[in-house]
Amino acid sequence: MNTNIDTSLPQPPKKKRLKGIIIFALIVAIYVWAFSGVPLASIQETAGQVLRSITNGLFHPDWDYVYLPDGEDLLRGLLDTLAIAVLGTFISAALCIPFAFWASNNMNRLRPVAGIGKFTLSFIRTFPELVLAILFIKAVGPGSFAGVLALGIHSIGMLGKLYSEAIETIDLGPTEALIASGASRFQVLWFAVIPQVIPAFISFALYRFEINIRSASILGIIGAGGIGTPLIFALNSRDWDRVGIILLGIIIMVIIIDAISGAIRKRIV
Amino acid sequence: MMTDSNRHIKRTKTGLTILILVLLCWGSAVRTDASLSSLMTGIPQMGDLLIEMVPPDWTFFSHIFDATLDTIRMALIGATLGAILAFPLALFSSSNLFPQFIVAPARFILNILRTIPDLLLASIFVAIFGLGIIPGILALAIFSMGIVAKLTYESIEAIDAGPLEAMTAVGANKTQWITFGVIPQIAAPFAAYFLYSFEINVRAAVVLGLVGAGGIGDWYNRTLNLLQYDKTSSIILLTLVVVILIDYVTTKVREQLL
Repeated sequence: MNTNIDTSLPQPPKKKRLKGIIIFALIVAIYVWAFSGVPLASIQETAGQVLRSITNGLFHPDWDYVYLPDGEDLLRGLLDTLAIAVLGTFISAALCIPFAFWASNNMNRLRPVAGIGKFTLSFIRTFPELVLAILFIKAVGPGSFAGVLALGIHSIGMLGKLYSEAIETIDLGPTEALIASGASRFQVLWFAVIPQVIPAFISFALYRFEINIRSASILGIIGAGGIGTPLIFALNSRDWDRVGIILLGIIIMVIIIDAISGAIRKRIV
Repeated sequence: MMTDSNRHIKRTKTGLTILILVLLCWGSAVRTDASLSSLMTGIPQMGDLLIEMVPPDWTFFSHIFDATLDTIRMALIGATLGAILAFPLALFSSSNLFPQFIVAPARFILNILRTIPDLLLASIFVAIFGLGIIPGILALAIFSMGIVAKLTYESIEAIDAGPLEAMTAVGANKTQWITFGVIPQIAAPFAAYFLYSFEINVRAAVVLGLVGAGGIGDWYNRTLNLLQYDKTSSIILLTLVVVILIDYVTTKVREQLL
């Protein structure tokens, strides 16, 4: 009986092994570089104490703050946040439609035109919404409206991209049929393109709304309205039980909104 | 064929939906003091600001280069820690691997973590660890853990059950089952999600400095407070270039992976 069967695994070809070693070395080099910049032992002596007071505050939230008869309380802050997200989403869902058609390959006769449109959208996307909010605060003053405008403009980037992808996947049959029967460009758009993309448009707008709720809750950190303003005050004054209740409020609101918009999206698609 | 009353009901439904949307919009506009006139009077001021931002202060690039590298470090280490933490969480959240009494709490924790905004996490960590990039790294780690874990458990639930059944048939235990049946199937998408979270982290890291968590965002604050808008615009330009570059590289690597 032949007992010396080769039990070792087959070796990969040399060239492939070399490539693997180079990639491995590259990854190691990147991580060495990354960790070399991290200051070690910079943890403050008070860290433990602060951590204790934070956990204490987060688990004993300031329930009185939920509703105050006069002015700034949690419910009003959350309502503002919700309003910023709703209006911001509406503005971007309306403004992004022309951009979406501009960036769709099947809606432009010249491919480069769509390419420029796609680039414009990714350019808008790279602007952080907080930077936009800073710009709009200069224009309309601090407050919720600046937040609305920042979200409205920033969301065009992502919504426009998603919308243009929806437009690119439509069935061109109805369009051709309408062109063949002599419809104008506008009629083709209205009767052949729009009916096909409406469900996708609504679903993407709801998805963006879920993201905008999260963004709107932090815009206040730089003064653009919503629950973020009392949050940053509470953080700066180390008022941890108030931070706790605001955090709880944000989490509950986000979970409720996600559930509602998820249910609507399921019915649409 | 649609009957008349059906069509009537459908029309009423559409009408009601539009009415609700208009009411929502109007209510939000009132609540946020939105007004076209203030926007119209504000736009010239914004124009002034934009004029002050041009041309950018080119000499400022050498000042902020280190901070930009810090931002990339934060994003990379944060994404790595996040991916390491995300892996067990994703396994526990997969309903085809674990029974419901493990999956439900794991998903609950995951959902809670995903609702906390990254800037808020960063502010809390700044309070604990002081200013610098460590709070930024920790905030990004938790933030990207949520993203990677969610995407990963969705792909685990979509894996091919064939190898798993074969392994059960030959009597593999749970660890062997996961090591040889699950991991080979999700390694490539997991790496892709890691890169995706790195991409998102770079964008998030840019603004974390606003609350004192290190990196380039710190300079946003300083230059804006000193009204040096030409320097602000050079920061914006540099971050744009970095973000586009990193997006390009990660997209290329992702295409290789999948």
